Amino acid sequence: MLQSNPAPQQDAKPVLGPAAFLKAKAAWRWPEFLFWISAFALILLLPNRHLLLNEIAILGLFALSLDLILGYAGIVSLGHAAFFGVGAYAAGLLTKYGVTEPVSGLVLSGVAAGFAGFLASFMILRGTDLTRLMVTLGVALIFHEIANRLDWLTGGADGLLGVAPGPILGRFDFDFAGTTAYVYSLTVTFLLFLAARRIVHSPFGLSVKALKDNRLRAATIGIAPNRRLIAIYTLGAVYAGMAGALLTQTTQFVSLEVLDFARSADALLVLVIGGSGYLYGGLIGAIAFKLMKDTLSAMTPAYWIFWMGFILVILVLIGRDRRMAGLARPFAPLLRLLGARRP
Amino acid sequence: MTSRFAFTRRAAIALGGALMLAGGPALAQETVKIGLILPMTGPFASTGRQIEAAAKLYIAEKGATVAGKKVELIVKDDTGTPDVTRRIAQELLVNDKVSFLAGFGLTPLAFAVAPLATQSKTPMIVMAAATSSITEQSPFIVRTSFTLPQVTIGIADWAAKNGVKKAMTLVSDYGPGIDAEKAFKDRLTAAGGEVTGEVRIPLRNPDFAPFLQRVSDAKPDALFVFVPSGVGSQFMKQFVERGLDKSGVRLIATGDVTDDDIVDSMGDVALGTITTHHYSANHNSPENKAFVAAFTKAANVRPNFMAVGGWDGMHLIYEALKKTNGATDGTALVEAMKGMSWTSPRGPISIDAKTRDIVQNVYVRKIEKVDGQLYNVEFSTFEAVPDPVKAGK
Repeated sequence: MLQSNPAPQQDAKPVLGPAAFLKAKAAWRWPEFLFWISAFALILLLPNRHLLLNEIAILGLFALSLDLILGYAGIVSLGHAAFFGVGAYAAGLLTKYGVTEPVSGLVLSGVAAGFAGFLASFMILRGTDLTRLMVTLGVALIFHEIANRLDWLTGGADGLLGVAPGPILGRFDFDFAGTTAYVYSLTVTFLLFLAARRIVHSPFGLSVKALKDNRLRAATIGIAPNRRLIAIYTLGAVYAGMAGALLTQTTQFVSLEVLDFARSADALLVLVIGGSGYLYGGLIGAIAFKLMKDTLSAMTPAYWIFWMGFILVILVLIGRDRRMAGLARPFAPLLRLLGARRP
Repeated sequence: MTSRFAFTRRAAIALGGALMLAGGPALAQETVKIGLILPMTGPFASTGRQIEAAAKLYIAEKGATVAGKKVELIVKDDTGTPDVTRRIAQELLVNDKVSFLAGFGLTPLAFAVAPLATQSKTPMIVMAAATSSITEQSPFIVRTSFTLPQVTIGIADWAAKNGVKKAMTLVSDYGPGIDAEKAFKDRLTAAGGEVTGEVRIPLRNPDFAPFLQRVSDAKPDALFVFVPSGVGSQFMKQFVERGLDKSGVRLIATGDVTDDDIVDSMGDVALGTITTHHYSANHNSPENKAFVAAFTKAANVRPNFMAVGGWDGMHLIYEALKKTNGATDGTALVEAMKGMSWTSPRGPISIDAKTRDIVQNVYVRKIEKVDGQLYNVEFSTFEAVPDPVKAGK
């Protein structure tokens, strides 16, 4: 992907050549190592909370997939759960009717979701943000209703029963404490993150970003918008589908909730909390969101939604724009090191 | 000196060890934990609150100790989402080491947890969800609520006897609704009646208006309705708005529609509605009068059939523990529960030894005004009704 440009890093000092520029952007920074090392260290450090961690990893991957299309391509979506759900149901049905090995099920589910995303992407090429919101929302509602109606296949509102995945790669069985589940989800999330990181720092990734900033100008310098949008949207769908497949495989159950509007909204919320456009936003947001939800709902099972809403309002009031300058100033350098852009 | 000192120290250690041996297991067994997983927020929050209040009331009334053990209730909110229910159940089993899982407000929530009950051999008490097939998902599931076919065949019999020839059905589109639709149709057809139209409405955000229009055009003798607990008042409102209450279409339903929680707020338009169900707060028995009084005092609302499911679920747990002398082996507990029978606030009930499902009276009721409030007043009884789906197998 990278080798096409001529100038290999000779005089990198005054002005960076294209290849060197890309390379500098793609360089790993120390907080990133720290982030992933701690994520993997939690396997040993928090053996009691593997189930929650598993959910965080899956939500993180799902938010990451939304970040790819929102943060990089600037496509606002209120219906990203559509692809999450396609992946979840594909994984469930595959497991039920033959393909019990999780990794192959995961890949096939990703392909299925990607196909759905590819078809849906043609609808988001036109129009403004508002139309896209409506279109994506509509697509998700349609998928929800299809899954509800096909109850002979999906189990309808009762959910799909009898999903019993075999051992991963024929070796590692899902255990009761959720350790296998977390290691599996985290590994998948990590590998997909690596791929996403490689892609967004490639010339293709940069061109998609250019489209987000100014589509007309990008088109005049020779970046064909439609093909790129289709590609990134399909990619986002593949990621979302794989997140859905992980949920199915680790919980051994699929229900209509995987296609719920609330799931799309959660992903968007997670990105609002974590910030979009630097890949870590979804992951950090997912951690904050789930921990908040878990702590609050343990404290007051009946009224935690009130506190959740309260905290979110405060978070937004303090200001997404002023986030770097205000409350989170101590973290700002860290977030920048992870790749967040200056405000 | 040294040797004496060493001796006493050794003795002390030995004594300490002996104490620990004696005290250790006793301490470890002292509490029995019950994980109560309920939808406490979201559209089915009323289910969760009723059951939680009933379970807490049971512990408050009967004491927190049974068979020498302290009972600890851990209440968790699953927001009505199956993957959350499952995760919470798994955490309760792994981290809190609960001996019972209980609650389960909706069918998919129970389905999601069923494999865990089997794997961990933990009794799973279904206090609300009412699809017939739930108890078949694991040999550790015992139900204290009801099944939809169980309470539906009564109304079909009543309708057939009271001159309903042509009926339409309107149900929520999920497991229990489909169960109810099928049970009603089979029973009415067998009695010589006919179902002329079947309508299913979405479970979430139901809008009845277009469906009610169809009913109003078709003019059947009766409209049979099932919607889950809490949705009934919306339905009743739209039923009246469409003028169906004056059109001669008789409204018959399962008791979910005229749930005690909401029936009084439906207003006088609901008067005369005929339903069949297993519980009414108006049920005339000393057990129920005491239950309703205590519940109303504790929770400030009238108990509904969800509350009674929670109450009986706790009773089942207590009695099973008494039978096993406090032992928490899952298989033994489920064995103890099989065939158990007692007098609940709803009347005499028992747990079928074969299906682990509840056998209970189903009452035919009519909405009437009692002391200025609307109640489902029972006027006829079908005694000891098992789940007809499993009984027919």
